[in-house]
Amino acid sequence: MEKQGIIIMTNGPVVKARGIREFAMHEMVYVGEMRLMGEIIRIDEDEATIQVYEDTQGLKAGEPVFGRGEPLSIALGPGLLGNIFDGVGRPLGALYEKGGIFIPRGIKVPEIDTEKTWELEPEVKVGDIATSGTVIATIKETPLVSHKVMVPPGLEGEFTFVLPKGTFKADVTVAKVRDSRGQEIEIPMVQRWPVRVPRPCRQHLTPKEPLITGQRVIDGFFPIAKGGVAAIPGGFGTGKTVTQHQLAKWSEATVVVYIGCGERGNEMTDVLEEFPELEDPRSGRPLMERTILVANTSNMPVAAREASIYTGITMAEYYRDMGYDVAVMADSTSRWAEALREISGRMEEIPAEEGFPAYLPSRLAEFYERAGRVVTLNGDMGSVTIIGAVSPPGGDFTEPVTRHTKRFVRCFWALDKSLANARHFPAINWVDSYSEYVGEVEDWFSLNVDTGWSELRKRAKDLLAEDERIQQVVRLVGEDVLPDSERLIAFTSYLIKNGYLQQGAFGPDSFSPPSKGFAILSLIMHFYDRAFALIRQGVPFSLLRGGDAVANLVHLKELSSEELEAQLPKIREKLDAFMEKTGSERLAARGR
Amino acid sequence: MPLIDHVGVDRIYGPFVLLKGTPDVGFGELAQIRMKNGDHRLGQVVLNGEDATLVQVFSGTSDLVPETTAVRFLGRPLEMKLSPALIGRVFSGLGEPRDDCGPVYSAYSKDVNGSPLNPMARVYPRNFIQTGISAIDVLVTLIRGQKLPIFSGNGLPHNKLAVQIANQSQLVGEENFAVVFAGIGVKRDDAAYFMEELFEKGRTKNMVVFLNLADDPVIERIATPRFALTVGEYLAFELNMHVLVIMTDITNYCEALREIGVAKGEVPSRKGYPGYMYSDLASLYERAGVLKGIQGSLTQIPILTMPNDDITHPIPDLTGFITEGQIVLSRELDSRGIYPPIDVLASLSRLMKDGIGKGYTREDHPDLASQLYASYSRVQDVRALASVIGEDELSQIDISYMDFGKSFENTFIKQSYDEDRDISESLDIGWKLLKMLPRNELTRISKEEADARLK
Ligand SMILES: Nc1ncnc2c1ncn2[C@@H]1O[C@H](COP(=O)(O)OP(=O)(O)OP(=O)(O)O)[C@@H](O)[C@H]1O
Ligand SMILES: [Mg+2]
Repeated sequence: MEKQGIIIMTNGPVVKARGIREFAMHEMVYVGEMRLMGEIIRIDEDEATIQVYEDTQGLKAGEPVFGRGEPLSIALGPGLLGNIFDGVGRPLGALYEKGGIFIPRGIKVPEIDTEKTWELEPEVKVGDIATSGTVIATIKETPLVSHKVMVPPGLEGEFTFVLPKGTFKADVTVAKVRDSRGQEIEIPMVQRWPVRVPRPCRQHLTPKEPLITGQRVIDGFFPIAKGGVAAIPGGFGTGKTVTQHQLAKWSEATVVVYIGCGERGNEMTDVLEEFPELEDPRSGRPLMERTILVANTSNMPVAAREASIYTGITMAEYYRDMGYDVAVMADSTSRWAEALREISGRMEEIPAEEGFPAYLPSRLAEFYERAGRVVTLNGDMGSVTIIGAVSPPGGDFTEPVTRHTKRFVRCFWALDKSLANARHFPAINWVDSYSEYVGEVEDWFSLNVDTGWSELRKRAKDLLAEDERIQQVVRLVGEDVLPDSERLIAFTSYLIKNGYLQQGAFGPDSFSPPSKGFAILSLIMHFYDRAFALIRQGVPFSLLRGGDAVANLVHLKELSSEELEAQLPKIREKLDAFMEKTGSERLAARGR
Repeated sequence: MPLIDHVGVDRIYGPFVLLKGTPDVGFGELAQIRMKNGDHRLGQVVLNGEDATLVQVFSGTSDLVPETTAVRFLGRPLEMKLSPALIGRVFSGLGEPRDDCGPVYSAYSKDVNGSPLNPMARVYPRNFIQTGISAIDVLVTLIRGQKLPIFSGNGLPHNKLAVQIANQSQLVGEENFAVVFAGIGVKRDDAAYFMEELFEKGRTKNMVVFLNLADDPVIERIATPRFALTVGEYLAFELNMHVLVIMTDITNYCEALREIGVAKGEVPSRKGYPGYMYSDLASLYERAGVLKGIQGSLTQIPILTMPNDDITHPIPDLTGFITEGQIVLSRELDSRGIYPPIDVLASLSRLMKDGIGKGYTREDHPDLASQLYASYSRVQDVRALASVIGEDELSQIDISYMDFGKSFENTFIKQSYDEDRDISESLDIGWKLLKMLPRNELTRISKEEADARLK
């Protein structure tokens, strides 16, 4: 018989129930006659506090609460890729088919499509040793990703049965293992995992390789490593979502999990419509084949928003365990923190800052700690990179969520309202942003892009910093009073900002491989060096900024990386010729 | 089951009455609060336990006598009766007729709180709505199904602008176009202005109005936009109409939210507004869009007045985090006699990226818009500089920016209240303005485009 308690109070998404001594903390429950999904979040003697993942309208005191005997868990198996799930892992496609345009309450659909069939290829045979993570079979889940069915963590023994090669639905048993106590345990194709528990791995490694994102300001200035953690804070309309979408499209990850946490419905639709049409620049396959969406939009129940982050990260860890590089985008972690705040408020907990519960920092830390480059249980290498958007009220970075997030991330891409207002996109501020991964990924860039990568990056950043100081002077007295050497710095910075840092998300420049960025930046710095030398010889700066070859430097980004590579020698030649000519004419005139 | 009157209430505080011993009540259920003299008020269950129920009374608790007040639970949530006969009607902020046409008869009704739309059911909005206003059409393009608020301040012409948008937007006058207007705590004059301009003088044939006036009960304001959106959804998604929902003033709505939160003794968030205000506002704003297999669409223009013109105040701030952009009005432009006083740099339409350009408006639109933004933003820097060193000291290039800025405001942004510009006309004005700047400065326009358009 099912365990049963009764409702004694309903307060929005929080319900209290009595008669639950048999229930476990964090157990999943069905609430009321409608069997709404919920989770126990506090137990006081015989009373449980339950957060409910669906709208609680109409619940009455006295209605039953049923225990489900497991903590909040999701189904993991083939069919996740290319799909969209709500915050507690229910497939929205199936909900739409069964429930129509609005999401009805109490609706139950299978989490993983059990009608669809998969081609299974066994990797072990009867008699083989089974340990945690052992790959039992592979399935071509999409043309981009081969899905590995693994022995669940914690199970060891010997295979007594292995499903032969063939075509199967997802509800089969793929193998049986006799464990050390002689018990035979069935391993299903679809396995469940409690979302709040990190999936285990053998070892954590320090990140080494950059996660190439195709965004110049990120790859070139503030790179993130595979297995790294980054935050994108910014006021409304500064470009968090567009940047996250860009990363979801172009990041060099095998699998991307995009969590829309308390944001707009249309943004999820945008991904759903666009990604199947977009090609992965590396494989030429539709991007949707490597993407999983978790959507709990702002108007969906707030408790499920709290869960969505864990649902997404658990899916990511699952693919990491197969030995893949997975990137997770969470837009926006602030909405998740607000969900915590709302639930905490309804539980009448004593708040810390701005109404947020005192455990906010530890929850944030736990989440970001689930990122990392790891040796998986089966000895493979995999990684989870987390990129979290933060939405500070009023764009004020000193508020609690931004402040605490900053403690746990190593990459900080600060979005700037004034850049966004000037339509300088991505509006990542080059002074306030930082990446602590630079030292770790430098070698990779020098090996794979150019040995001069670090040097170039540093020079460009220093120049921009110098420009920041010069601009303060300009704002007070105008550009005309600057010495030529400083005007050159200001102008070169202008070239870097407009020709390199700026990158439109919606045109042909949307994806820019590191080589393209490097080429543009080196040309700009080459201009600087030549101009600097000429100015020292007495050539006025005003003569140097005028040429078409110079003006052209801001248009290089419009070329594709192939075009740029082909035309590079010529572009450089033209630039040199212009500098040469201007310089020698001027010097000759003076000499006369 | 017969409905029972519970006579006598145990506590009355703020907008709430508390009753003990009423177990068979559902969360969110509608309640009728009956006074001894026969008057009754509507309320809603906001907390229910096995030994007590808390009811929020929409028209307030003044004059309620604990001993004689009776509460009847209606066994259903707050609902709106729906039928095509709604069109042309005027209702109170609680959905009761405010005109002389009597009650709405229909067996069909819906919970005004709505349900969350499944993102799978949505179609990404792409259809451009021409408003005839250059600053909007070119730089803050409105898309059918968008939620695009106007951020204004007291005394700025936001009502006029909303009316102009509603009257000039294409489709106006067509059978399947409708305006739903929600007046939330508005002044009688403002309400009259909207009705007159849209309905009587305007070309809008189909209109439904919900009015909670400034002197109407404050708590009712929580319900008013929900009634309007329920009707909006009905017209759009069941009767396949293109619906424009104008809601004003969201600031009054948020104040009502705050009042309830404080009365309940909740821990407040910024400036005393409840911590769940984001989710609450989202439950309104997300009720817009275009859906699969449905002809109609629901476009929202919420209007809010920013307290002290402060865009970082929680009301505009949280709104901006939910809506798909914003049209910001500038007191400075207004004081210089520029109508519509749209601060284009602070304004944004997030949906325009997919709704403009080739096949939608005109091929050159995206680059032109981007360049106008960039150049006008440079104008602000130059102006700041000029105010320090004086205009005479400006460089040649800076002087051309000063001239560009003036013309941009006077010929592009500025237009008259009844001037309806075609999108091509607006784009052409933009190109003409760019000719005032040196070619080298126009970094957002490709060389080919510049060659073609800036001859
Ligand atoms: N890289 C980019 N290229 C072009 N336009 C961009 C870029 N980044 C941002 N934008 C512009 O900025 C607008 C706002 O961006 P976005 O929706 O990402 O903001 P946001 O920070 O997510 O805001 P919110 O917090 O309200 O969700 C976009 O609609 C787009 O017009
Ligand atoms: Mg966003």
